[in-house]
Amino acid sequence: MYLMKKGRGFVAFLLVLVMVCGVLSACTSEEAENNQQPSQSNNNEKVDEIYFLNFKPEIADVYNKIAADYEAETGIKVKVVTAASGTYEQTLKSEIAKSEPPTIFQINGPIGYQTWKEYCLDLKDTKLYSFLSDPNLAITSNGGVYGIPYVVEGYGIIYNNAIMEKYFALSNRATDFKSMDEINNFEKLKALVEDMQAHKDELGIEGVFASTSLAPGEAWRWETHLANIPFYYEFKDKQNYDNPILAGLASNEIAFKYSENYKKIFDLYINNSCTEKAMLGTKTVNDSMAEFALGKVAMVQNGNWAWAQIKGVEGNVVDEKDIKFLPIYIDVEGEESQGLCIGTENYLAINSKVSEAKQKASIEFIEWLFSSEKGKDYVVNELGFIAPFNTFEEDEKPKDPLAREVLNWMEKDGVSSVPWVFAVFPSQNFKNTFADALLEYVQGNKSWDEVTKTVIESWKVEKAKGE
Amino acid sequence: MHNRHMSRYFFVFVFPTLLAFLLSFVIPFILGIVLSFTDFTSIIDAKWVGISNYIEAFSNKDFLNALRFTVKIAIVTVITVNFFAMCLALLLTRKIRGTNVFRAIFFMPNLIGGIVLGYIWQLIINGVLYKFGVTLTYKPEYGFWGLVILMNWQMIGYMMVIYIAAIQSIPNTLIEAAKIDGASPFQILTRIKLPIIMPSITICLFLTMANSFKNFDSNLALTAGAPSRKTAMLALDIYNTFYNTLNGEGVGQAKAVVFFIIVAVIAFLQLKLTRRKEVDNV
Repeated sequence: MYLMKKGRGFVAFLLVLVMVCGVLSACTSEEAENNQQPSQSNNNEKVDEIYFLNFKPEIADVYNKIAADYEAETGIKVKVVTAASGTYEQTLKSEIAKSEPPTIFQINGPIGYQTWKEYCLDLKDTKLYSFLSDPNLAITSNGGVYGIPYVVEGYGIIYNNAIMEKYFALSNRATDFKSMDEINNFEKLKALVEDMQAHKDELGIEGVFASTSLAPGEAWRWETHLANIPFYYEFKDKQNYDNPILAGLASNEIAFKYSENYKKIFDLYINNSCTEKAMLGTKTVNDSMAEFALGKVAMVQNGNWAWAQIKGVEGNVVDEKDIKFLPIYIDVEGEESQGLCIGTENYLAINSKVSEAKQKASIEFIEWLFSSEKGKDYVVNELGFIAPFNTFEEDEKPKDPLAREVLNWMEKDGVSSVPWVFAVFPSQNFKNTFADALLEYVQGNKSWDEVTKTVIESWKVEKAKGE
Repeated sequence: MHNRHMSRYFFVFVFPTLLAFLLSFVIPFILGIVLSFTDFTSIIDAKWVGISNYIEAFSNKDFLNALRFTVKIAIVTVITVNFFAMCLALLLTRKIRGTNVFRAIFFMPNLIGGIVLGYIWQLIINGVLYKFGVTLTYKPEYGFWGLVILMNWQMIGYMMVIYIAAIQSIPNTLIEAAKIDGASPFQILTRIKLPIIMPSITICLFLTMANSFKNFDSNLALTAGAPSRKTAMLALDIYNTFYNTLNGEGVGQAKAVVFFIIVAVIAFLQLKLTRRKEVDNV
């Protein structure tokens, strides 16, 4: 009897243990098995494999082809692992602790460099760095070069010119614009959009703008990309800094000075959309791009990377020559000279904690990709990158229409691009909080003042965590 | 002689299990606790910071909110899941046609993963809410009841199976004797069936509570915490802290340790309480 009792107590204890083991081991077990330092001894050994942790799932297949070609040419195997969308940081965290860590990985800018600086090799003396057409684009710290941008991207309002032409041909419209070239500030954009919304049935569309996607994890076009513009103007107003990005990086607190401007453009999106406001919480970016591709809407805010997505939608009716970019105007003084938002959050870094031979092989692979004929062909025609390297000739510029539009806007006289200041947003948590507030705003549960307050507060809290 | 022989083999037989237990549980568990006192990016470069992670965890209103939300979910689901599972078990142990088919059908949702269930129920619930011009993210209450429904759907079948097994093991002689003594069906249920199957009730209460506390996947798929993290349960909040916050790894780990302690304490108390009600099997 005594034994029975004791046995039961033990069983109870075991049950408790088993129940909670899932809680903690979920976070730790994988790392525990792999916590050996990579061996540093085999410096001169011939490297047969390098490891590239890819950030972009949409082009993972292309990288596999490139890896196969590179192996055929040089005998070096390139292991390409792709992190699922939105999980790059956690994938990198667990991969880098393994005994065969990634030799090439990617950081998202000055903030990402802060997290990963222990692992970033100085690339100052590499050919790769000398390839950069503008060395200022690289991530530098104390004279060292730690991140090389490999693609620049641009975003704005994508519009379907066929629908615009249809509108300009209407006889009963309230505006007198004759072409999209005349739209160069918020006031004009607003007049145009609202009149188009009024004539949506004649134009055969369900709304001017595609859904403002606010499903969880799908709000980056608003909390990151759209937010970039008011914050750019806010940081630009700060004196004593070389550029708005540095000003933003130094801001422990923000005023969200252009919050009203953000509201203006955001309201324009949600009030002239094909989707009712209360339904936006279920919409995804894919939904929005499909609406645009199927011709249900005339405009959608997104970047040049969206072309592949638009083209890939079954039943796509948007012609390649009709797809154009318009800058995002938010009613700021002098915005007539504002261009698209152009920058990058894709910087390649080489793992400083793998053997020297592997570091060298990794750099050679990247150099091959961006300077050899074969590599460049992949970059231009299959990856569709707008690569910021001087190794690309004039006729090697990308062929996809949005990428060409980005280049056009970059070259336009009297127009200057908006840099990507969102690289200095304090954390993903800040962006999520921003998105949460936007969702509650469109559902009518939060006033705009509260949204503004939430954003200001979240910046302060999250920035303090990075100190 | 015989004894010495045994003890020599004791180690041989215990070693594989012990090794697995050490590698997959004890070592990560200890590492996890140690890491909660450090600042780290990957576990090979941790820096000791004392209890500051715990202070930060408890001054975080998302965490406290998640704690409250999780407790509410756990209370409601433990009651509803066990109530419905018991009802089904009692129904399906009567001699009616097709009990096996029904048992299989009720058990099936348990075979579907939480992520899939989450998306399925998101579609179903949103489909209904569309009619009223709102969505699941409109109010935290919607997400709360959505989660309760989902977890009921998922766990009832499993608990039902445990209850059925227990009810079937009740000796028929007892029931017959009770009937002859003139006990009503309700008396048979409360005085005979329930006391005898008390060990199963303990197990079921324990399993449902543990599962509702640790729920992560269906929470992530159903609402992902929307609106504004008001429907994030503890596990999801820990995940968000760990991966989406700058330097949040240590704080996330500290939250996980707190989570462990809470769950362990509650589970232990609950086991003690329900054990007392058990009768020795006849």
